[in-house]
Amino acid sequence: MSMLSAIAPFRPPPLLRIRGLTVKYPCDRYSAPALQGIDLDIAPGEIVGILGESGSGKSTLALSILGLLPPNASVEGSIVFQNNEDLLQIDEPRWKTIRGAKIALIGQEPGLCLSPVMSVGDQIAEVLRAHRPGGRKLREVECEAILTDLRFSDVDRISKAYPHQLSGGELHRVAIAQALVCQPDLVIADEATRSLDVAVQAEILNVLGQMKRRFRSALIFITHDPTVLAGFADRVITMYAGHIVEDGPVSSVFRQPLHPYTEGLLQLVRAHRQPESPDPQRLLPVIRGSSTDVDRSTAGCVFEPRCCARTAICREESPKEVMPEPGHRVRCFNHGN
Amino acid sequence: MGTEQGAKRAIKPALVRTRALCKQYGQHRLFSRGKFTVNALVDVDLEIPFGGVTALVGESGSGKSTLALCLGMLEKPDRGEIWFEGSEISRWGARKLAPLRSKIQMVFQDSAGALNPSFTAAEIIEEPLEIQRRETGRRLRARACELMEEVGLSPEWAKRSPLALSGGQRQRLAIARAIALRPTFLILDESVSGLDLSTQAQILNLLLNLRATHSLTYLLISHDLSLVGQIADFVAVMHQGRIVEQGPRQQVFASPQHAHTRELLGSVRILESAFRAAQAGGRS
Repeated sequence: MSMLSAIAPFRPPPLLRIRGLTVKYPCDRYSAPALQGIDLDIAPGEIVGILGESGSGKSTLALSILGLLPPNASVEGSIVFQNNEDLLQIDEPRWKTIRGAKIALIGQEPGLCLSPVMSVGDQIAEVLRAHRPGGRKLREVECEAILTDLRFSDVDRISKAYPHQLSGGELHRVAIAQALVCQPDLVIADEATRSLDVAVQAEILNVLGQMKRRFRSALIFITHDPTVLAGFADRVITMYAGHIVEDGPVSSVFRQPLHPYTEGLLQLVRAHRQPESPDPQRLLPVIRGSSTDVDRSTAGCVFEPRCCARTAICREESPKEVMPEPGHRVRCFNHGN
Repeated sequence: MGTEQGAKRAIKPALVRTRALCKQYGQHRLFSRGKFTVNALVDVDLEIPFGGVTALVGESGSGKSTLALCLGMLEKPDRGEIWFEGSEISRWGARKLAPLRSKIQMVFQDSAGALNPSFTAAEIIEEPLEIQRRETGRRLRARACELMEEVGLSPEWAKRSPLALSGGQRQRLAIARAIALRPTFLILDESVSGLDLSTQAQILNLLLNLRATHSLTYLLISHDLSLVGQIADFVAVMHQGRIVEQGPRQQVFASPQHAHTRELLGSVRILESAFRAAQAGGRS
């Protein structure tokens, strides 16, 4: 934490400042923290990609920022939004003025997030009605404007359509329109391009990038596939077993990953994303083991059981965060600790 | 009869072959007469050679899953022929199909939805063995544990609920159930999409190993072309209910003939070059 505060003067005041965020779900088997001591700053207008496999705590982080954790979760730490209020302390009426208006979510399955019995135009207008003054006419105009922004050519047809009448890509763009219509300061996309084919995926990324430039919203883009972050995100954060293990600018993380897990992930992608594999009979490279092997109560590093660069100390102690390059922090003993 | 035998000889190299397969879904319009119809399959000619991995790619809504359901005999085609191991099976009745069903198995995308949550892991594998009367009594549980080990699940987990397993482990369980009856043909309908990359690779490696030990033939359905490029021997591209291109993988990837294939490959390559550029240094 001290390290982060040391560099704070060089950055603009963060839009979101997370300190020591620890979230535990009461589980019958073992009460393991889903997030452990997360420190994270998000600058206004920044696109931050969060990488991690299922169970790494990415979605819990998104839910904490949106105040949507289940009531039985125990939460410690602070999430300071726009430098003035702690999102973990505010009450539900206050949340109603923030959620959807200042912080918005784009879900994984837009088909399921949208109501099947309302036209999509009405559903977008509903967000405006909840957060903005102004009459029906004004809402219709704004609704049309956002759909045009999202590069729908036939806005009229789209706004009158019901979700089942639209294609998967169109539904995704509608969900994005719904999230962006109030011009929020922060948008969280939780696996928003999962299970989309590549053409649609590229289109959605394109739209999101454009929107960011227009509205200056910051974007947290959660994914398990590093490919989609290249050329799109400004910063990449790797999460593993509830920890941020690496955080840095996309160019330096992708060029020279510091944490063995990020490195493994990128190697995997390099091997998988070659359409012309010379020999289809060979086995694919993997990061051995799985995240369920993690013993989170261990004193050592959480990645130690699967790590290929482990040393004796990795089992004994948990590594502290270090910053070998400016703006690029990592939690690993191999980079001085 | 003579022509049928001639046909049998001709299809010898392929395990499964379809000819002019058509399937139409109809739906009644609300508040009006008549139906509106969707042509899910239009004259599909597909050939799946013995022992290979045939990949079926295409965007969502192109008819991939309908074709899978028809080949898995879970859906009757409207017209056309399905040849399996030298016999035309598309018009067979339930009784005649019953022994064949154990030879064709499916693994679905949503493993949580495909496995009965009120069963334990071992019971899920035992169910088909019991129904087909392959094993009884104590042998039943022993065989289930054997299969679990084969797919890389610890037999200690035999009494766990499938919901207590991770996504990758559940998919392994679904594969164990699918190979329990020693099938010859496995249909994998988006079986690895939705899993993270490392788990995806582990499951694919498992499938490649099983193919060698069980002499299986796979039909791999996926929207992820780069994944297909890694393990498929043959590729068939679907677009709006038709197969627009099929052939050996190298050939389809190196010189795509159809505009739609080129489009699919193009968008994959844009993402890849952005990724490579980011790795090399600058932003693209």
